[in-house]
Amino acid sequence: MTEATGGIDREEDTSGKVKKFLYVNRKAPYGTIYALESLEVVLITAAFDQDVSVAFLDDGVYQVVKGQHTKGIDVKNFSPTYRALEGYDIEKLYVEKESMETRGLKESDFIVPVKVIGAQEMADIMQSQDVIMSF
Amino acid sequence: MKFGILVNEGPYTHQASDTAYLFAKAAIEKGHKIHRVFFYHDGVYNSSRLTEPPTDDRHIVNRWQKLGKDHHIDLVVCVAAALRRGIKDENLLEGFRISGLGQLVESGIQSDRLVVFGD
Repeated sequence: MTEATGGIDREEDTSGKVKKFLYVNRKAPYGTIYALESLEVVLITAAFDQDVSVAFLDDGVYQVVKGQHTKGIDVKNFSPTYRALEGYDIEKLYVEKESMETRGLKESDFIVPVKVIGAQEMADIMQSQDVIMSF
Repeated sequence: MKFGILVNEGPYTHQASDTAYLFAKAAIEKGHKIHRVFFYHDGVYNSSRLTEPPTDDRHIVNRWQKLGKDHHIDLVVCVAAALRRGIKDENLLEGFRISGLGQLVESGIQSDRLVVFGD
């Protein structure tokens, strides 16, 4: 176990087994720590060579909004980390259309390329997963 | 069925840990297996051996410890989340262990269902 790898510790053999993991983010990036700690799990999952998707719903859509400035609240702006996901082959990022529109956001407001999908399609994607973690 | 459990909230403030515990207990009684409970976010506080609730209340931390011991459940506390919140080996209750997030991912891979308990 090392800090550098986020403490990856493979005691049991999981080699070769690939499951579909979906991370559902529903909370604003600041105010609570859920978004940041969710992102940490997403990155670790990629290190296990799993099939990872990430969804943003409700206030969770704010997590991937461009131009976050956090100096005033003295909290680290971790939004650039979403740009690193591509390097871990995590390219399936979904934003729920209804959540986006309710908040007056549009596709060009996001820091990374996301697929904007409706609630029904989001439900279909959830249906097709093996493991869903909601934060 | 083989279950993995994720607990995302601390004891007492939220019901998540209680519900997770009752779920685990009920699943075991029905003949299912809980192979691991992973404590993340404020959930790491469920492992503090300094926890002392009033004696007429349930002891959430000791209750997890006993369930783990009785049914050989791996009780894992996320290292990054724990260190951030001041949970270390010196105040960790016996029966819990501190390890990495990889243990959560592994639980997702190995269990038939991973059940998340949070806010």
